[in-house]
Amino acid sequence: MSVAQTAETEAIDYSELNRIIEEDYGNDQENLIMILQAIQRKYNYLPGAALNYLSTKIGIPLSRIYEVATFYSTFSLQPRGRNIISICLGTACHVRGAERVKERITENLHIADGETSEDMRFTLESVRCIGCCSLGPVVKINEDTYGRIAPDEVDKILDQYE
Amino acid sequence: MKIQSVKDLEQISQLYGKKLYAPEGIKVNVGMASCGIAAGAQAAYDKALEAYPDGKGVAICQTGCIGFCEEEPLVEILSLGKPRVIYHHVTEDKIVDVIASYQAGEFNKKQIMGQMRDPRSVLEDGVENPLADVTPIDGIPVFEDNPFYSSQVKVAMRNCGYIDPDSIEEYIARRGYVAFLNALQDMQPAEIIEVIKASGLRGRGGGGFPTGIKWATCAKHKGQRAIICNADEGDPGAYMDRSILEGDPHSVLEGMLIAAVAIGSSNGYIYVRNEYPLAVKRLLTAIRQAEEYGLLGDNIAGSDFSFHIKISTGAGAFVCGESTALMASLEGKVGRPRAKYVHTVEKGFRNQPSNLNNVETYANVPAIMLKGASWFAGMGTEHSKGTKVFSLVGKIKNTGLVEVPMGISLRDIVFTIGGGVPKKKVFKAVQTGGPSGGCIPERFLDLPVDYQKLTEVGAIMGSGGMIVMDQDTCMVDVARYFVDFLKEESCGQCNPCREGLKQMLEILTRICDGEGREGDIELLEEVGSMMQKFSLCGLGTSAPNPVLTTILYFRDEYEAHIRDKKCPSGVCKNLFHYEIDPEACTGCRMCFRKCPQEAISGEKKKAHSIDQQLCIKCGICYDVCKFNAVTIR
Repeated sequence: MSVAQTAETEAIDYSELNRIIEEDYGNDQENLIMILQAIQRKYNYLPGAALNYLSTKIGIPLSRIYEVATFYSTFSLQPRGRNIISICLGTACHVRGAERVKERITENLHIADGETSEDMRFTLESVRCIGCCSLGPVVKINEDTYGRIAPDEVDKILDQYE
Repeated sequence: MKIQSVKDLEQISQLYGKKLYAPEGIKVNVGMASCGIAAGAQAAYDKALEAYPDGKGVAICQTGCIGFCEEEPLVEILSLGKPRVIYHHVTEDKIVDVIASYQAGEFNKKQIMGQMRDPRSVLEDGVENPLADVTPIDGIPVFEDNPFYSSQVKVAMRNCGYIDPDSIEEYIARRGYVAFLNALQDMQPAEIIEVIKASGLRGRGGGGFPTGIKWATCAKHKGQRAIICNADEGDPGAYMDRSILEGDPHSVLEGMLIAAVAIGSSNGYIYVRNEYPLAVKRLLTAIRQAEEYGLLGDNIAGSDFSFHIKISTGAGAFVCGESTALMASLEGKVGRPRAKYVHTVEKGFRNQPSNLNNVETYANVPAIMLKGASWFAGMGTEHSKGTKVFSLVGKIKNTGLVEVPMGISLRDIVFTIGGGVPKKKVFKAVQTGGPSGGCIPERFLDLPVDYQKLTEVGAIMGSGGMIVMDQDTCMVDVARYFVDFLKEESCGQCNPCREGLKQMLEILTRICDGEGREGDIELLEEVGSMMQKFSLCGLGTSAPNPVLTTILYFRDEYEAHIRDKKCPSGVCKNLFHYEIDPEACTGCRMCFRKCPQEAISGEKKKAHSIDQQLCIKCGICYDVCKFNAVTIR
């Protein structure tokens, strides 16, 4: 999806965007990463139109904003699902069988790492350690953390999210 | 109130020390770090608040992580003249009952992990033990005698689990900010640096560079110096920095303040990884409180010293833990490292002299300043002084954070403190130092923990993650895992790292898939040694470590994969299958019920068998069998 295409599909609240850029982050180029995070919190991804606006407003070329947005793994240039599944693939979770939990999610939802289900219900993202190693394997769905998950418990957990 | 002197701090300390150690009513401390919350502490806390709204003589409070992660949620209850009791596994359905039983003076052994006998920190030598006159409860183990706890010395983590991280007063009550005011009002910058040098403190983030020398070099260079805290704790399996930020954020702020006085700087930055939202929240609260008390901001304590701290968050890039990449990211750019012909202490953030230390390093600083360099240097080995926090995770009974004096043996950490490997499995290796570290086999377990000694066996101290592996961990798969991790995280600007990791991953993947060839091991060694020599930054030069150490110590596993097409640990799916041992099988039907493929058949109380055509090797039967009848072939 090109940046221009995304721009047409998302209605951007420019006064809110202005508030983020100016009031929260002082129109400061050094705060670019945090501004992008704020935009993503609001829209669940980085809409192209918002990035275009940000570029002019803050004085950073769109190419450089795009470079930052694609370098860091938390940013998504495409709309994500209503529920974000973050599966921890840190070492502690890995040796405790996180890969098998991930396989189970992939089989159930037919989405691979980084993909969104067709009904926009779930996006699957792998993360590298959320620091809850004692609870491994750990899956985080939105803000809820599930620890010590066995592969056969996955279905029941996913069912709770619409 | 703006604090002007140590006397002001003492006043606050007296007032809040009583609330902290000997409250009039009952004080309930719920361990509310990220891991505690994930285990159910938030729900328990909310439940308790609901049951005891203010004014009933029961104060529901929060605290950080005491380190015993396996037993979360942990709740501690104390009251003036009464024992101080730590309860484990206190979920929302149990907390009200736990509080009521403490109130009634009934102590249910099952709910209790132990009674604390001395809550003072290492900085409170001169303070009387508030529990000295309290009669202990009969038959309840003493917390300090628990093998998990007894070998520990809490310096960097001195306040974690003891104070409310959102209360600067409780930090001050445990001698907080005294070291800073002493440094500011009574010491010359050069004297401070001398103390840190003499203490032998080395960077706790991975590199292990002597902190005092770094400070001295940075102070020599003119310009707008920056004091930066690296809280981009990226090593999977290491979470001590998160725990310190969430449990005792002021210790880090104070460490940075002392560095700022010593080096001469008015600008501080903390770069926190995006995955730690609670740490950011608590840091912001801590900074606001310190500003209110006049311990941060302009003209601190009436002097001409000013210091401001800004929090920046990362966005999910492992390489940003590297100093030059971190500084680029602080500037709002992509985090690509640069070659360090010119060190960051001379030209770093905004091309100005920059001093970067990690969270644990800063947290140690106030303690060293208060107790003196020789106290700190009195712990540890010749080249590694003081204590180090390790996160003990993976296949280990007592998962958690442990702070031990340097020089303790790996065996003591894994077996005495950690309780060894669970489920009667056999220990295979401990991986230290994150993705850039190495795997240490059983025969080196008596090695003392020391920067040099760990390097000699091909591993590193790193940030202190210790991932324990047992017989079910495949070392080739572990190597593949780390290389896959690093390939994703390589910034891609230098050839050796970008291409080397890609090639190593291809080779390791084919070995794990059963298509390994003769000569693959040697090829891995060659690529690895090339990367060590020619990569641009620390990520690339250390990336081959997991591969090279697993080859060095577990070559037989590689050979089994390549020659015999077998994965002895039962991880690489193409190279093993599960079978049920008819001798051991009791026909309990557990595996039959759990198998998602309905691949298991057999009659009740008779030996079962697996249909290999249907089996997807998910391993559920292997996990659930209580009789070790499911075997790897």
